[in-house]
Amino acid sequence: MAGPSTLAERLIARAAGRSVVSAGEIVTCRVDLAMMHDSGGPRRVKPMLERLGAQVWDPSRVAVVSDHYVPATDAESTAILDLTRTWASAHGIAHVFDSEGICHVVLPERGLVRPGMFIVGGDSHSPTGGAFGAFMVGIGATEMLGVLVKGEIWIKVPRTLLLSWHGCLEAGVTAKDMMLRLCSTLGQTAVNYRAVEFAGEAVAALPMAERMTLCNMTAELGAKAGLIAPDAITLRHLQEAGAPLEAADIAPWQTDLAADYEQRLSYDAAALSPQVAAPHTPANAGPVGDYAGVAIGRAYIGACTGAKLDDLRMAAEVLRGRRIAAGTRLVVAPASIRIQRQAEADGTLAALIEAGAELLATGCGACAGFGSALLEEGEVCISSTARNFKGRMGAASARIFLGSPYTVAAAAVAGHIIDPRELLS
Amino acid sequence: MIEGAAHRFGDNIDTDQLAPGRYMKGAISELARHCLETEDPGFAGRVRPGDVIVAGENFGAGSSREQAAAVLMKLGIGAVLARSFARIFFRNALNLGLPVLVCPTAGEIADGTRLMVDPILGQATEMAGGRRHDCEPLPAHLMAMVQDGGLLPHLEKTLRKSPHG
Repeated sequence: MAGPSTLAERLIARAAGRSVVSAGEIVTCRVDLAMMHDSGGPRRVKPMLERLGAQVWDPSRVAVVSDHYVPATDAESTAILDLTRTWASAHGIAHVFDSEGICHVVLPERGLVRPGMFIVGGDSHSPTGGAFGAFMVGIGATEMLGVLVKGEIWIKVPRTLLLSWHGCLEAGVTAKDMMLRLCSTLGQTAVNYRAVEFAGEAVAALPMAERMTLCNMTAELGAKAGLIAPDAITLRHLQEAGAPLEAADIAPWQTDLAADYEQRLSYDAAALSPQVAAPHTPANAGPVGDYAGVAIGRAYIGACTGAKLDDLRMAAEVLRGRRIAAGTRLVVAPASIRIQRQAEADGTLAALIEAGAELLATGCGACAGFGSALLEEGEVCISSTARNFKGRMGAASARIFLGSPYTVAAAAVAGHIIDPRELLS
Repeated sequence: MIEGAAHRFGDNIDTDQLAPGRYMKGAISELARHCLETEDPGFAGRVRPGDVIVAGENFGAGSSREQAAAVLMKLGIGAVLARSFARIFFRNALNLGLPVLVCPTAGEIADGTRLMVDPILGQATEMAGGRRHDCEPLPAHLMAMVQDGGLLPHLEKTLRKSPHG
């Protein structure tokens, strides 16, 4: 007899039309929503669909987001964006977001990611959707072709690690710090192929944007999915995002501590200090004090994991009434147009710009080494993004440090890495 | 059967090293010229058809970009043997028909070793000396797809069989 199931097992069982599934089984899941972006999406799947002479199984279950090559900088990126638009329109795709923000942020903004759903995303940071109690997994372009044609995908049911964060984060310590700590303690492979389920009062206390950061970066641990059981905070978000009412049924998607977890690990949130990852992997992280004094030339607040409204507000908390250090460049790219408007309305953006920040158009751009504002040879950058792989943000000789928006903003003010709590009242 | 020289890499070879973001706009052939250049600047120029990558843990970490596997195929790489793979890369490679084999002893294969790889049996044999490296076998449904040349030809075949399936 099967015992209680992990959240991942229950979500997969629903999508597979089964009452229960066990870790290790290979099952076929019906896809509730398939998300693609302009880089890995239409430009890759169009020729394959044509070769098959096949149609999209259900255009109402497909989202296409142009976020990688926006704004177009040359003929090639213009052509990619044109192709994306034309394809989405020709196939009657229901959810099309062009230059409106980063896919992982725009979909939840529009209430498209809801508890209980099984979603595939053509991007490795797709586990972000797990913050809403959906099973959301990243896949590549040919895999997406299979989904577009059949509306289903095979998946091996993952084992789950339960990561519980107890206590209360100190002021100036964030979800990014929690993740960098997990990256350094667990490493880049310990969670490979597994699901991660977050629990504990420190996680329950996080606002949605911070939960998204937590789930997003389970990709850096190699996880298939990062999950948080939906609660009142999730429901409030769904309501504000205009999600349909049936999304309110969150009872089946709660964490069951008696489930068969591969490992249960506990962390003390109160003991956590701001963390910084040194080049060239998020796993190379440690307390900010270990890197204090490292001079930086560039600070970047951007990406799905580092430029949501809460992230911009954190940066503004540090920057309000201050100027960035001479010789330092602070670049900010809000994660969506909607976030940018909110940040304009509440004075957040003004605080950043008055401190000396340059505003970039919303999109994945600098984080992924696309578009403008790439790092120059030998440049040292601290970034609120998720990855600091060698050469990712530009020149291979550039060095990228990662930190929370507080830590990035504080480094921009000081011209070197410092504990952001020194600048927070 | 795949036959070629081993190109040896370490742990956590990521998708930005395999397919750097700043060259992603262009054609696969152009992107392939920059494959692994941050690790080994002469790599793309040295690879010969049938050559094999041998690597450590977590090969293909990071992005979902399928180009990370496509550039290896473009260069003529016949198979990748690694102690472990990042999950999206693993699926992408199989979907494109590139054999990726989990090989616990991949780290013991020296750079330049001539290898014969049988992806069906999951075996790599050193041509000098005959040492055999056993790899984890792929599940049957994946092996069928790889034998068809990847997911696209596999779908072509299955859709032809049942056009309304």
